[in-house]
Amino acid sequence: MGTPSDQPLIVGGKRLDGRAMDELRPITIEAGVLNRANGSAYLTWGRNKVMAAVYGPKEVFPKHETDPYKAVVRCRYLMAPFSTDDHGRSGPNRRSREISMVIKEAFANVVVAEVYPKTAIEIYIEILESHGSTRVAGLTAAAVALANAGIPMRDILIGVSIGKIDGQVAVDMQKEEDNFGQADMPIAIKPTTGEIVLLQMDGKMSRAEFEQALDMAYAKVDEIHELQVAALKEYFDRAAAMPQDGE
Amino acid sequence: MAIDELKKATIRDFIKSGKRIDGRNFDEYRQITVKKGAIGVAEGSADVTIGKSRVIAGVKTEVVTPFSDRPNEGTLTFGADFLPMAHETFEPGPPRVESIELARVVDRGIRAAEAIDLKSMFIEEGKVWGVYVDIYVIDHDGNLLDTAAMAATAALQSLELPEYRDGKIIREERTPKKLLDVPTYCTFVKIGDKLVLDPLYSEEIVADARITFCVGDDNMYAIQKAGSGAFTKEEVLSMLDKSFVLRKELLSFITAETP
Repeated sequence: MGTPSDQPLIVGGKRLDGRAMDELRPITIEAGVLNRANGSAYLTWGRNKVMAAVYGPKEVFPKHETDPYKAVVRCRYLMAPFSTDDHGRSGPNRRSREISMVIKEAFANVVVAEVYPKTAIEIYIEILESHGSTRVAGLTAAAVALANAGIPMRDILIGVSIGKIDGQVAVDMQKEEDNFGQADMPIAIKPTTGEIVLLQMDGKMSRAEFEQALDMAYAKVDEIHELQVAALKEYFDRAAAMPQDGE
Repeated sequence: MAIDELKKATIRDFIKSGKRIDGRNFDEYRQITVKKGAIGVAEGSADVTIGKSRVIAGVKTEVVTPFSDRPNEGTLTFGADFLPMAHETFEPGPPRVESIELARVVDRGIRAAEAIDLKSMFIEEGKVWGVYVDIYVIDHDGNLLDTAAMAATAALQSLELPEYRDGKIIREERTPKKLLDVPTYCTFVKIGDKLVLDPLYSEEIVADARITFCVGDDNMYAIQKAGSGAFTKEEVLSMLDKSFVLRKELLSFITAETP
């Protein structure tokens, strides 16, 4: 939560980018955009640009991390040094390590890891341009990349953020709202069961506002999920039309 | 410990039948002790135990250059070390992601609560107080997050800011600096379909998911969910309500004067 801004975040009932309180930024998703990776997805979410890739099931390095009964799920979330106003340092930092961990744990809930013992499933999320709520944008993209890689999953996770700006609960925090709002809450939900697999919050929220925020997130699950499914369908239609190797 | 691994099935069965291995209720803390001022040379400190988990937090202050976007505010920095003496799985070397997570969650709650009045830590143009809170985990029997958060808040509660005169820090002369708000943290784990407060180490390693709520009197300040398990909305709200109820008890430990 940043310093209180002098400039209001809501003007005439609209947010800085003209959205209503319960309105998402425009989202586009394209599946199967990389050549080498087993699965991939490119997502834009407002001004966020995210590339997600999945490798695996593959051999586990280092070997001692092998699980004889199931695949190990790994995740690396990173922000590119050029993705923010100020130049960032390349490579992981404390923030990205924590985010990588919570995203990995969220996917560990849905990946059917028992099918591939002694292997690793690696998820790479690169934030190419950052404009608020990148961890949930990254998670939403990675879910598509996993499905694109043919990894069996119990559900295709969606992520969304909710927060509080100028005292009001709103969905999908963009950068200024994240910096100058009163609370920010990323969440990841399993669309078929409604269960919560990632939840973080910081800022100030009453219990009533928290419940309102949860409901606002649930109201957006289908909208985001449909975009994921459409991206995958579009990819498989495209793949089916492609000439087969050796023909 | 290897024995904890062997106990896994037993502990899950116990929890399933509504019992805990140490006889506690699901919504009960272990015994809590807080010793403020444990480290004399530190400007604030606390030695906290929750059951057999023990964390010492020390606060040191330095004169630093403020961040460019907040030129009139002091700075606040949290670090956590999982010492090798605390558990056989804690090895020397670069910080584990768990210790980074712990420090960041403690940081988020205290910062969101605006517990420490950073605006009052301005010294002069280009100079502010830098407050460093270092969390030392020295004995691990589960729920390090609540233990560490309590140690950090109690240490900050006991903070005495040194004098700064003629370009020098005079650490012998200190002024108490009380917190504006004291956030409290409650951590639960989910084992099967049961929600268990203040988990033991042996409960943590069989848990499906973990969640921490940091709350004040009227507001919540931070949440952190971890682990591969999932929570329903109803479960989250019930644990949040419990965290507001438990706050009074936890607060009494943090604010009590150490004799």
